[in-house]
Amino acid sequence: MTVQKVGQLTDRLRAAAVDSARADDLWGAGSVKCRSTGIRTLATHTEHSSTNRRDFLYIATGAVGAVGAAAVVWPLINQLNPDASTLALATIEFDVGAIEEGQSVTITWRGLPVFVRHRTAAEIEEAKAVPLADLKDPETDEQRTKPDHEQWLVMIASCTHLGCVPVGESGDFDGWFCPCHGSHYDTAGRIRRGPAPKNLVVPPYNFVSDTLVQIG
Amino acid sequence: MSEHSTYTPNNAVEKWFDDRLPVVRFAKEHLMDFPTPKNLNYFWTFGAILVMCLGIQIVTGIILAMHYTPNVAMAFDSVEHIRRDVNGGRMIQAFHAVGASMFFVALYIHIFRGMYYGSYKAPREILWILGVLIFLLTMATAFMGYVLPWGQMSGWAAQVITNIFSYIPIVGTPLLELLRGGFTVGNPTLNRFFSLHYLLPFVIAAVVALHIWALHVPGNNNPVGVDVKSSRDTVPFHPYYTMKDLFGMVLFLIPFVWFAFFAPDILGHPDNYVMYNSQVTPSHIVPEWYFLPFYAILRAIDFNFLFINSGLLGVIFFGASILILFFLPWLDTSKVRSGNFRPMFKWFFLIFLVNFIALTYLGAAPAEGIYVILAKICTAYYFIHFLVILPVLSRIETPAPLPTSISESVLGKAHA
Repeated sequence: MTVQKVGQLTDRLRAAAVDSARADDLWGAGSVKCRSTGIRTLATHTEHSSTNRRDFLYIATGAVGAVGAAAVVWPLINQLNPDASTLALATIEFDVGAIEEGQSVTITWRGLPVFVRHRTAAEIEEAKAVPLADLKDPETDEQRTKPDHEQWLVMIASCTHLGCVPVGESGDFDGWFCPCHGSHYDTAGRIRRGPAPKNLVVPPYNFVSDTLVQIG
Repeated sequence: MSEHSTYTPNNAVEKWFDDRLPVVRFAKEHLMDFPTPKNLNYFWTFGAILVMCLGIQIVTGIILAMHYTPNVAMAFDSVEHIRRDVNGGRMIQAFHAVGASMFFVALYIHIFRGMYYGSYKAPREILWILGVLIFLLTMATAFMGYVLPWGQMSGWAAQVITNIFSYIPIVGTPLLELLRGGFTVGNPTLNRFFSLHYLLPFVIAAVVALHIWALHVPGNNNPVGVDVKSSRDTVPFHPYYTMKDLFGMVLFLIPFVWFAFFAPDILGHPDNYVMYNSQVTPSHIVPEWYFLPFYAILRAIDFNFLFINSGLLGVIFFGASILILFFLPWLDTSKVRSGNFRPMFKWFFLIFLVNFIALTYLGAAPAEGIYVILAKICTAYYFIHFLVILPVLSRIETPAPLPTSISESVLGKAHA
């Protein structure tokens, strides 16, 4: 590039800078700083002390940008949530008629194991005899079963500590024992000792007929 | 440390290149001529060993991903397929699995070295914080990697660890379902863990780059903890420490390959060779050994405190046991870095180390009887060390006289 051409280019840039400086006057403060061409002096002018239109535009642009970014990020996170095929398994029906007294079965609801236990009279007796003051998460035996079906105990088989499946008919309270961290549950599935904070969760369910249970 | 450059281009081509991208200059200054204290002992080779470990995990991991299938129906079989059918797969899988354990061996030695020699103290706080961040990222990566073989331990580890999030008030359950992609650990969980397990090592590599950058601003700490005073205190990184690090790596690789060749499964659990069954929890579930101390803390908390239930409290302690490391530079305010010159700290450091090993043991012990009480005592001591002992020691301890320079400490008083 010849010296002449460089000169022409500089002139043009200078003219552009003057234009932008005029535009600045029109729109408020700000200055054009172009270090490489040394044009800065032409465009410099006094800063306004208080907030001005440009500050407002910065904040408005930032705010719109943040909302836009959030709108883009949300679907990227939301895809992690349970999908339609997972949610489709939300309600099941189960016939408890075949379970003998003293027998437990484990069924699956929403991928979670669920205990259905046909309790013996002694177990119900034992659960009812416990004073509420002895319980970490006080609940009566009645609150954990359905009226007239109190021999049936339906609970999500996940220890409320960290989600292991407790072992039935064991532990110090004749109920369930979680091998992972040593939580003991009684014959109503209530937490009695160990790190678990809550009783085994009773899922939403009802008796559709005398022996048919609908869970979910 | 490197105020003036040591690089002079040898010819016009090198100069042309250097003017445009000074990468050779950078390598010369930071990988070869970097002035390094001349008294570093073998504990200082673990930084390089860790870089090697990360490299081994990335290379073997990328290869395993070529043969692995992240689907609940096929994952378990695909790992067996790698071990039995893929050419050399038995060794590559063994190196990756054993490599995770060896990574943590090196990581713990590196961390405890930093704790003993006060490498977290000014002006290296950011260096230390980045290190703790790498530790956290490595734990996350290792955990997700452990889930991938989809054995009983894998699935139940995923179950138990993700459940931790359910204790967060209000958002807990929605967050848990978000993480798992379902009401329980299942195929969506496995898939995303695979994706993230592939991603995180590269994030770690990036933080390692920052970690080394932060190291090269103040330069290395050293066993006497005295600042470098003159060029007499240092030697160039290459060849002195490149060779020492290389030799350290070779020594480290001896147990590494022993495990990989002769006992690739000894660090694992037999239960993980049974495919995951969401209906049955193994009778004794234990995390990998490198998580045991923190796991012991998690389950030591089995009591409610005020309105906080035992579950949330356990999670708070579990989180705090790692997060407290971020604050170490401000908990230990003693000006003396090296434990060698701190007569009381030296012993408390040793007790802390023994306590940490005890927690490791207790994390694997059944949660009953005497173990429950011991775990509580050790958990309490872990926090007391950071929150009481270190701040108090900094005030009451009289440190031994420090050598005036690294040279003096190396050559002995006679030559000083």
